[in-house]
This record gives sequence, C-alpha cells and structure tokens, in this order.
Amino acid sequence: MAPILKIINLQVSYYTDAGRARALDGVSLNLEPGEKLGLVGESGSGKSTMALAMMRMIKPPGRIEGGQVIVGDTDLTALSDDEMLKARLSKISYIPQGAMNSLNPVMRIGAQMVDAVRAHDKSISASDVEELCLKTLESVDLKRSVFRMYPHELSGGMKQRVCIAIGVLLKPQMIIADEPTSALDVVTQRQVMETIDRVQDMIGAAVILIGHDMGLMAQFVDKVAVMYAGRLMEVSQVREMFTDPKHPYAQALIKSLPNLDNKGIFNGIPGLAPALLRLPRGCAFHPRCEHVMEICQTIRPDLIPLPDGREVSCHLYSEAN
Amino acid sequence: MPELLEFNNVSKVYSRGLISQTSTVALSNLSLKLKENQPTIVTVAGESGSGKTTLAMLLLGFISPTSGQILYHGQDINTLKGEDKIKFRREVQAVFQDPFSVFNPFYPVDHLLTVPIKKFKLAKSKSEARDRMVESLRAVGLHPQDILGRFPHQLSGGQRQRINVARALLLQPRLLVADEPVSMVDASLRANILETLRSLQSDYGVTIIYITHDLTTAYHIARSIIVLYHGAVMEAGDIDTVIKNPQHPYTKLLIDSIPWPDINRRWGETEIKAQESEIEDRGPGCKFYARCPFAMEKCKVAPPLFRISEFQAASCYLYEQHPPVEGERLSELLPV
Repeated sequence: MAPILKIINLQVSYYTDAGRARALDGVSLNLEPGEKLGLVGESGSGKSTMALAMMRMIKPPGRIEGGQVIVGDTDLTALSDDEMLKARLSKISYIPQGAMNSLNPVMRIGAQMVDAVRAHDKSISASDVEELCLKTLESVDLKRSVFRMYPHELSGGMKQRVCIAIGVLLKPQMIIADEPTSALDVVTQRQVMETIDRVQDMIGAAVILIGHDMGLMAQFVDKVAVMYAGRLMEVSQVREMFTDPKHPYAQALIKSLPNLDNKGIFNGIPGLAPALLRLPRGCAFHPRCEHVMEICQTIRPDLIPLPDGREVSCHLYSEAN
Repeated sequence: MPELLEFNNVSKVYSRGLISQTSTVALSNLSLKLKENQPTIVTVAGESGSGKTTLAMLLLGFISPTSGQILYHGQDINTLKGEDKIKFRREVQAVFQDPFSVFNPFYPVDHLLTVPIKKFKLAKSKSEARDRMVESLRAVGLHPQDILGRFPHQLSGGQRQRINVARALLLQPRLLVADEPVSMVDASLRANILETLRSLQSDYGVTIIYITHDLTTAYHIARSIIVLYHGAVMEAGDIDTVIKNPQHPYTKLLIDSIPWPDINRRWGETEIKAQESEIEDRGPGCKFYARCPFAMEKCKVAPPLFRISEFQAASCYLYEQHPPVEGERLSELLPV
C-alpha cells in the first residue's frame, strides 16, 4: 500500500536570544492508511513541535527550515497559505491537548462546527451543513442537543469529544491527536480513546497519537516512534517495542514503567533531558546511556532500518549491518 | 494517646443559589484515623468530582467541614489558635499537583525554602538556614549546587516537584498530603518522585495521604487504599488486594480502564454504562446506581460497607452475605 503520510527530513528550529534550538532535526516517517502511530518522548523532545510543523502552525521564533510533509499526494510544505488553510481539517486535522481551552466560550458548539465547514465550502446549503454536524456529533457519542449548547455546559470529556467531532468533520486522511486525554480521568479517557478509534475506523484515516503515557500507547497504537532531543530514536511495531526494545533510551523507558509484578521497584532514567540549546556532541543520549561507546561521543547515529523492518538510531546496531 | 489525625463523620456540602438551593455533597460521613507511631501511606483514589481534593482541603484546614470534626492530636483543627495553630501548620504539609504554579517566577527557587525557614524560625543564622536547605535538597536526591540560586524556568518539572517535597521535608512534618504529585511530571521522572515520597515515609516517619486517580502509581507506593465516588467510600482495604482483586463494580470499572503498559493485558473488558455527565439525579441510594451493571432495587438505599476479608470491604449489596462494618471503623480495614 502506498503510504498516506510521508515526512521527509523535517527540520524545525526556534531562534532565541541564547541561540538556535533545533527542535526537530531531520525527522523522516511513513504511515499507511488506517495506521495508528504513537509518538512518545519526554517534555521538550519535540513531539508537539512535530505536530505543529505538520499542520504548518509553527509560530515565530520557530521556523520550518526544510523537509517535506506529504499527505496523500499533496506536499503540504509547498502549498500557499490559502491552500494550507483549506488543507487543514480536510486533509489533516489536529486534536489539541486541552480541549477546555480550544473551544470559543461565547459561541455555541454548533456555530463553531458550521464555521469550520463553511471555511472550506461555501456552496453547501445551511441544512446540509447542520445535518453533517449533527451526524458527526452522533458519531462521537454526543447527543444532537449538544449542537445548541455552549462549551461551559459540557464536561471535560464531552468537550474533548466535540474537538474530535470538529477534527473529523471533513473526513481528513490524517489525524494528529496531541495528548487528547491528558486532562481526563481513566474511565473518561478510555471512552474518548474508544471514540477516536471508532471514528478513525469509519473514515479510514491514519492517526498520530502524541503523548508520554506508554500505557495508553500499548492499548491504542500499532506502531511506536520514540523521540529524544528532536530526533527519532526508534520506530517499531508496538509489540516489539514493549517486548524487545532496541535503543537504550527505549529500553530505559520501557523498564521505568510500573506494572503489577514489580511492586515498589522504581527504575527512573538517571540524568536529565538535554537542553536543545546545548546538545551534547554525537548522540544526544550518550551522557545518560549505559552502553555508551567512544564513537557515540563524536558521531551522531542515523536512523537505520534493521532487517526486521524496525528502525533504530544507535551505534550498537550499525556494526551489525 | 490521641491519634495523629482523626476524621469523625466528616461531611462537606457545597451549596449555591439563594432562592432555589442546589447542593453538592462532596464528602459524606467519612471517618478515618491515622495513628501517631505507625507512619504509613494511604491512597485516596477516585475520578474528578469524587471528593478527593475536598478531602485534602479539609485536612489542611483550608475549608471547614459542614458537619463532623477533624482532630489533629486530639484537637479540632478549625478551632486551633496561636502556638497550636503554628505547630499544625508546620507539621501538616502539602505537595500539590502543579509544580509550575507554586513558584514565583521573579525569585530564585531558594525563596520557596527560605520563606518557611523564616516564618517558622527554623534557623538561628544564615549559614544554618543554608545548611538545612542543602540537607533537605540532598534528601530528595537533588544536588544543591544545581538548584540554589536558579530560577524556576531553568529547572525541569521533576526537579521543581522535588523541591516542593524538599520544602515539605524541611519543616519536619508528621503528615504530608500529596494531591496528584506526579500527574504533571514526565513518566520517566515519576519514578524518582515516588521513590522520594516513599523514603520520606520509611526514613523520616512521615505519614502520607496520597491523593490520585492514577491507580498504577498508587499501587507502587501505598499500603492501603480508599476508593471514593461522589463523596462516598466505595471500597477500602489493603492496596494489593483491592487492585489485584477488586470487588466493588466501580473499582472494577476503574481498574479495568487503566491503560496498563502491558501488551498482553487489554483494557476495556467491562462495558461502561452511561456517561458520567448524563446522570442528573443521584438520589439517596448508592451513588454508583445509575452506572452500575448490577443495579438492583435495594440499591436505592445506600449500602453499608461489607467486610469481605480482614483488609477489604466494599459498599455494595452484592456482598451482603459478609458482615457489615460501620463507617466509623473504616481505619481497621487499612493495614499500616
């Protein structure tokens, strides 16, 4: 199958007074239609920057400095600003982190949804637009009456569902969900994730789920990409990632997870995430890595494919190839 | 000898509206005793709206209960005065959810530590104050030279949260209320903070009330658990038993909804009935009635706690063959 999403060597930097921070440093990724990818990493590793870059919503002092984001057969980075406006929601949509803050408090839910449709197609009749919105609300398990409500009348979980509804209104091929449930309780979280799962199935879109909750990843995604200091460290199928992680950072991450069998044993990852302004030479993870070698301190490893289709960027595996 | 902390049938009702009074019961008839000489970690778990933060606020004396009494060393905390009040303020400490908003961005982080030293007159000289700061930062696993003199924005969330723990430790508390201390911290740093909390309990003899909706971390740190739902105790007992073998339908739902980081353990076997927000009237019966898959006619009268084993009880008629326990004896169900 042809990939629905191709990210080729995407680079984003933020220019600050203290210097240039490379928030994304040559990230490449492919995604098949209907595939669910989990993007994990510590705060500051560039996960959200990647989402914003794909939407072309990076604000100054940040800048997309190179690379391509291709959804279907459209190169988003080559579109004019007007064309990009049209592409958002219809080709690629973004479900933000805090649903509470992304809805307009003084507009009815319905009006906000109609706005979104109208911005893309002024020719549809008012009744058709309303019907589309109501159907979409129902598809995310909300009642039709929500259409006439204001955001403050809804609970956190319901607001997040409204955001999902807006996200899938125009049946995009690609949905990016940036920690969609981080502010919700476990039960609501499960309901919201089940909704995303069902809607995604219905419209056949690919999903990138951004977050640091590895539990959620294990339950939801097909493939996991681990990010560290603006680069991908490992991309593996979810089962392989949890049973046999390859990159030392991924290994430490998996080992730090609490489960029912190791009560009271905490395996935190020693050291701190590096500041993007002062990245260590060579592999950015080498000061915290327990398998560190001489080469790691000078040469930065590239993301290389392993024979079994996984991708790792670590010198431990480059010799084997 | 009076208990360290005692809740006697504490209820908290929030009312609003002048003409048509609507009231929300945030906590109903909770009784709890924590012993002075047996430091332990108790988890209070529940979804948002379960009353867990109300419990923390009551405990810290920020709000007063609608009925019932909260006693600290045998004295009602809402009538404490003078010396006793200061002692209470020093001995009962809190660590809150958000490690970002507790810092004043205009001061170096030292400010958070020097203010309590001054207020409680913990040190006679500047150098003694500094020694105490260094000592407490070391105790939470931070290097003082990396921390002192820095501004909050220069530190990571995990470091900031550990400074909060260090601040609490500095005052040598008897009781620490930790309200979702790790929910805003990266997963890789959670382990460090939990470890720090646990050593507070084991090395410094501090009793910790760990308030959370995250049962995974609770399981790893606590000894016993109280599961709240809309202000009422649903299940209580030994944390291993409750988490591995939950009995109350609500606890089962909660535990089944945890996304375990384990590829072989899928979530979502129990069906979720009704969305939280669709339930309008809770009535006087079991608070979980509207969402419970086993709801029966008699559930319209609130069930007492039934003691299923020595250290486990559930407030549910499914277990009525077991002996009931009065709410006042809740603490007997919690191992220390």
